[in-house]
Amino acid sequence: MHPAFSVIFLTTLIGAGQGLLLALYTAESYAAVGVVASSPRSFYVAGGIISLVLLIAGLGASFLHLGHPERAWRSASMWRTSWLSREVILLPLLMVLLALYTMFHYLGWDLGIIGIDSGFDSDLTLIVGAFAVLATFALFVSTAMIYACIKFIQEWASVLTVINYTLLGSASGFTLATALTVFIVPEPSQGLVKLFGFWAVVITVAALLGRVMSLYRNARLKPRSTVQSAIGIRHGSIIQRAQGVMGGSFNTREFFHNAPDWVFRWIRPLFLVLTFPLPIILIITGVTSGSFAVLIIAFVVQYLGLIAERWYFFAQAKHPQNIYYQYIS
Amino acid sequence: MTQLALVIDLNVCVGCHACVTSCKEWNTSGIAGYLSDDNPYGAEPTGTFFNRVQTFEVGQYPDTQTVHFPKSCLHCEEPPCVPVCPTGASYKRPEDGIVLVDYDKCIGCKYCSWACPYGARELDEHQKVMKKCTLCVDRIYDESIPKTERKPACVNACPTSARLFGDVHDSESEVSRAIREQGGYALMPEWGTKPANHYLPRRRIEVTIHDDELVRVDNPLKKEIDVGPSGPVREQTLDDITSW
Ligand code: SF4
Ligand code: SF4
Repeated sequence: MHPAFSVIFLTTLIGAGQGLLLALYTAESYAAVGVVASSPRSFYVAGGIISLVLLIAGLGASFLHLGHPERAWRSASMWRTSWLSREVILLPLLMVLLALYTMFHYLGWDLGIIGIDSGFDSDLTLIVGAFAVLATFALFVSTAMIYACIKFIQEWASVLTVINYTLLGSASGFTLATALTVFIVPEPSQGLVKLFGFWAVVITVAALLGRVMSLYRNARLKPRSTVQSAIGIRHGSIIQRAQGVMGGSFNTREFFHNAPDWVFRWIRPLFLVLTFPLPIILIITGVTSGSFAVLIIAFVVQYLGLIAERWYFFAQAKHPQNIYYQYIS
Repeated sequence: MTQLALVIDLNVCVGCHACVTSCKEWNTSGIAGYLSDDNPYGAEPTGTFFNRVQTFEVGQYPDTQTVHFPKSCLHCEEPPCVPVCPTGASYKRPEDGIVLVDYDKCIGCKYCSWACPYGARELDEHQKVMKKCTLCVDRIYDESIPKTERKPACVNACPTSARLFGDVHDSESEVSRAIREQGGYALMPEWGTKPANHYLPRRRIEVTIHDDELVRVDNPLKKEIDVGPSGPVREQTLDDITSW
């Protein structure tokens, strides 16, 4: 498939935004049960705003993908059958929940405002945050299912697609959260930085496993469609002589990556290094030294890696329609 | 329930592209607006087509056969392209099974084209909406057109009658009979899309002629006589004036 940069940015930006929200909520719930010291409200407000900005940037990128962005509202209508429609509903829903979550932190509200005294400081934000977390996971699933539900793009049609979208997005979000903590919390409690650093590394390792498994699976796929089944002639030697078009068509532009061979060959080692080992080293260095610079570089490196990863995700997928577009006469 | 479809006879198609040009002509002039055509006479011609004729070579030289293969939307009975559409712009008509795109609703997200294994959908580069074969829905029901021509433009244009059109759910229709009696098959059956369009296979036409079919065995005089009209023929016959 042709990797469209609009979709690459959409999926990686919202992935990081969603991961950051998960990190914030992890900190808040750990603080609620007293595992780590509670963080200042400014931390959640800043984190919430950054997460929101990432989601909005992703949404903006997605509009660039559409032929008729002014009609985009229509795409919420078929949620019963279309994962794309579900994503279109869940993304704004998550934005609203995240905005509420951030606002309640900013205003310092708790359930006291509706007359319930639970004795917890953060009860309201914990509840709103829980819904936001649910929406986050639902959004990860929807985004990934857009690809995984197309059964004849065999590289995508796997539960690994859903697992990897979730893990890769979360990994970049936790890496970002680690850097943010050092930057925003004036005297960061070592506990929180370590907590985020720990999860960032764990999730990155899990994501590496998931991605390697999908690469392994894809390397062994046997295409179910062949030129024989495509034109219905059972003969061992069939070659295309003409595809009915001399100068390319939508079919040759949209379904082939059309990149030089060396790009396709080098991008995989590149993303494997940028997304996984390099950020892990940087996170560990950053957490032990408490350096914001190192941690934010870790995030940037991992994010660049994810862009390459997403490019490869698309480029590697072979659409069966390509069988009909092998040769221009 | 009706399911309109094309049946394309690969044994007859000569790859003349008449269906391609007549399709383009009819559909670029319709109410839905033109079909893009960029650089039609330049070095890199490109544009939107509902129907294309491709050519495949089967076998190895010198034992090769050239197969011309017209390809358009197959109006699948289980169309994977329809449920994925987020706007409902892509739909399958319950009354005749035609799969259509509502160009006023389509947002040009291209998702449906990813979900068609046959590459039958093309995004129009200028109108930015998804286009595909409509089975000439604006023609086959038009009562101002003579009844015999109320067929898709490609079917009318085909000089070899390689394209049949009709209801594949009516077991007595011309198309159903052709599928049944001439080994009609569907493309990529492995994905369960149940294409409504079918293809008729290449068939080797062989006639075996035995000697006794050339010479009458029950001819007691062992002599072939002219069994023409009895009595002398005075007028010219058609054979006398026709020279091939
Ligand atoms: S051929 Fe493709 S576009 Fe046409 S109905 Fe089938 S899946 Fe949809
Ligand atoms: S391109 Fe148009 S018809 Fe296709 S899925 Fe998107 S909105 Fe639906």
